[in-house]
Amino acid sequence: MTQAETQKRASVPDATTALASPTIAFAMLGSGGSGVMTAAEILLRAAARAGYFGLMTKSFGPQIRGGEAAAFVTLSTQPVETQADQVDLLFAIDWKNAGRFAGELQLSTDTLVISGEAGAELPDIATAPRPRLEEINLKALTRSHKGTRPNMVALGAVAGAIGLPRDAIADLVQERLSKKGEAAMAQGLTAVDLGFDEAANFALAQLAPAPEDTPRWIISGNQAAGYGAIRGGVRFAAAYPITPATEILEWLAPRLQKIGGLLVQAEDELASINMIIGGSFGGAAVLTATSGPGLALMSESIGLAVAAEIPLLVIDVMRGGPSTGIPTKSEQSDLNIAVYGLHGDAPHVVTAPNSISDCLFTAQWSTHLAESMQVPAIMLSDQSFGQALGIVEKPAELAFATRRAVAEAPGQDYQRYALTATGVSPMALPGTPGGQYTADGLEHSETGTPSSGVADHNRQLEKRLRKVVDFEYGDHWAQIEGDGTAAIVTWGSATGPVRQAMRRVDPEGRRLRLISLRLISPAQPARLARALAGCSQILVVEQSQMAQFFGYLKAQFELPPMADLYARPGPQPFRAAEIAAKLEEWLS
Amino acid sequence: MTAETARRLTARDYKSALKPVWCPGCGDFSILSAITMAMAEIARPPEEVAVISGIGCSSRVPAYTNCYGFHGVHGRALPLATGLKLSRPDLLVIAAGGDGDGYSIGGNHFLHACRRNVDLTYIVMDNQVYGMTKGQPSPTTPPEWDSAMVPGGTGLRPFHPLVIALAAGANFVARAFSGDPSGTAQILVDAIRHPGFSLIEILSPCVTFRPEEREWAKQVHPAAVEETGDRAQAARRVLTDDGFNTGILYCGDRAPYQPAFAASGMEPAGGGAAGNADFDMEFRP
Repeated sequence: MTQAETQKRASVPDATTALASPTIAFAMLGSGGSGVMTAAEILLRAAARAGYFGLMTKSFGPQIRGGEAAAFVTLSTQPVETQADQVDLLFAIDWKNAGRFAGELQLSTDTLVISGEAGAELPDIATAPRPRLEEINLKALTRSHKGTRPNMVALGAVAGAIGLPRDAIADLVQERLSKKGEAAMAQGLTAVDLGFDEAANFALAQLAPAPEDTPRWIISGNQAAGYGAIRGGVRFAAAYPITPATEILEWLAPRLQKIGGLLVQAEDELASINMIIGGSFGGAAVLTATSGPGLALMSESIGLAVAAEIPLLVIDVMRGGPSTGIPTKSEQSDLNIAVYGLHGDAPHVVTAPNSISDCLFTAQWSTHLAESMQVPAIMLSDQSFGQALGIVEKPAELAFATRRAVAEAPGQDYQRYALTATGVSPMALPGTPGGQYTADGLEHSETGTPSSGVADHNRQLEKRLRKVVDFEYGDHWAQIEGDGTAAIVTWGSATGPVRQAMRRVDPEGRRLRLISLRLISPAQPARLARALAGCSQILVVEQSQMAQFFGYLKAQFELPPMADLYARPGPQPFRAAEIAAKLEEWLS
Repeated sequence: MTAETARRLTARDYKSALKPVWCPGCGDFSILSAITMAMAEIARPPEEVAVISGIGCSSRVPAYTNCYGFHGVHGRALPLATGLKLSRPDLLVIAAGGDGDGYSIGGNHFLHACRRNVDLTYIVMDNQVYGMTKGQPSPTTPPEWDSAMVPGGTGLRPFHPLVIALAAGANFVARAFSGDPSGTAQILVDAIRHPGFSLIEILSPCVTFRPEEREWAKQVHPAAVEETGDRAQAARRVLTDDGFNTGILYCGDRAPYQPAFAASGMEPAGGGAAGNADFDMEFRP
């Protein structure tokens, strides 16, 4: 008798009718080529069509191609900002190398584990938490139904077990297989139905009915960032491939082409940043996307863009560091290099999205800030946004009216770096008669002529700082929710888990207040002080071993001395349960 | 600007009022003259020309012209020029600099600019020394040249920019000498008119740190061969010549890299661009 059979008998469900749950999480495992990701994506899409929210993250073995893979999906009637604390259902198409996902799979006695491999010896990760074990003999089923594939049977079983509508699944399977012909479509549907039939044998909580039908999008943080930049006006990009930012580039390249823009693959990050400086000098709104190692290489030239007052957007999709670090996992540890990484006194803008869909808004806003102030902006996204697929509410379409100040008809007395009230000087674009000047990384006078004089240095430093400090950033500087007297100050991808934890700990929203900074630099101490008014407790939450955010707040924001800290490194993402436990302890 | 007024442009129209920082007798003065003479011959109005550079003595050249200019960071003139040309194909873009800037710190960009073959003209004023930092060996310095930073010489074989350019795919390769500004100007005109990436390596004596380079005036001579479109033949010639023959040494016919870019031009960028309905559709479940 296999372990599965032993435990199956020991744990016959006593509930005969399935309960409705607002949130259900499942994981699917399989070796390379087993079709785990396809199945999970179809399930996510079906849930989106049915009106649910959701989040899908992926994990792969180290092989470039063909290794084991795991998909983690949380579906809910409420917005999902982090994976659930534990999975309700684990479906393993097979168990090859499944032990690799030990740290990521959170199982309990409440979990239903379905093994797709008949009679398989289950690994410790599946048996140790003593979950309910079931089996579906995928090999036997697919063998007896010609043309059916194991992942499609698994897909049907998961959908049936958690209560996703069969019609939505059937539509998607047909859409996916339509190119392969009628027979393939029919076989796909047969497979799905086999799975649904099998699932009828297992009792599992079903998803509660979906909320009212509002438009949903399925989007990754990297796609959202790319699209936000396009909405902000970006038309020229140059970049070097790097995990986990590459999807931004691969999403942008064909789409920029479609709207008359261009993405160039550069020879390295030094070239990327300088190509976009050249493009921006010529008048295009520009971006590059990279991760920590690439940002480090770009730093010198971002300083050039500060000195020469060239607007551009650098998106840093952060990963575990330092050095090559953990390219496929998230961490909030590039804050210091983004804020402090430029040599000299080099005022620039650093922003951070606080959710997958906010990657769209923040990229658009960051482009707007860069163009308005003629300054480089660094947007700190991270792997947990970039490479996750979310079901989100359709993001609002926002337009910003401000455009780059351009000298349309420069006269005899045109000065590229004229001292203006705002600190922003109209830029003459090449091709404009009478506007000729030389942009320079050397300190310069108002005309742009190199100067090492005291007066010119002081005037130009002051102008470049003033334009960034005095800019009216409006309410977008932070996301503020709740008005309790205990404030949690956080940023970026820590925001979602904090928000979900707050709902648990303080469901009425009376005790807690969330302040998530979207504008990291320049610091807004007066705004934060206003946002913290009336608070008797402050907790800073971040995913960085050295607490870079906390240090920055203390240095630049006059953070009150009673502020507490919860900081730890990646690569393990924050979960709501972890933050909730911390909040309980902190509040007591 | 009409063709009639364009014809009236002279070298003087391309020169700015700024006084160069170069030492008296520096070869770069004559090269600046050659550049402005070539511009007058090409007759594009100065505002339609951009001169892009990195760091070094010769990299100060953009501000000495009356064109748009960019004096960027050390070694990055070529990517800067590439980004400008790709997003503004309407402009005439010239990159300029020295041997240290182009062949040492900017070496990787040099290879890929040749390979990419964007329609740029790259002027390297090669004085075989770092002048701005007061006399250190560059990639083209002879191995035995003694200096404070590398006592006794580098002992390293000098970099051969022309054969490297040929191997990497440059579409036009020439050598010139600063002591012959009119000859240099004529080569520049041909280089600018030739589509794709053109390299003009100009021997430019550094009278301060390499006074012996004054002798170059006696050593240079016109190339005794016809220009060729045969890369192997050109490579063989430049590998075996004495390094002092001047003229167009290779003239290829590769099509320049210039993907369509419609969103460029004089449109002010940034802000306000609406969503795209096709892109919205992609994200609907």
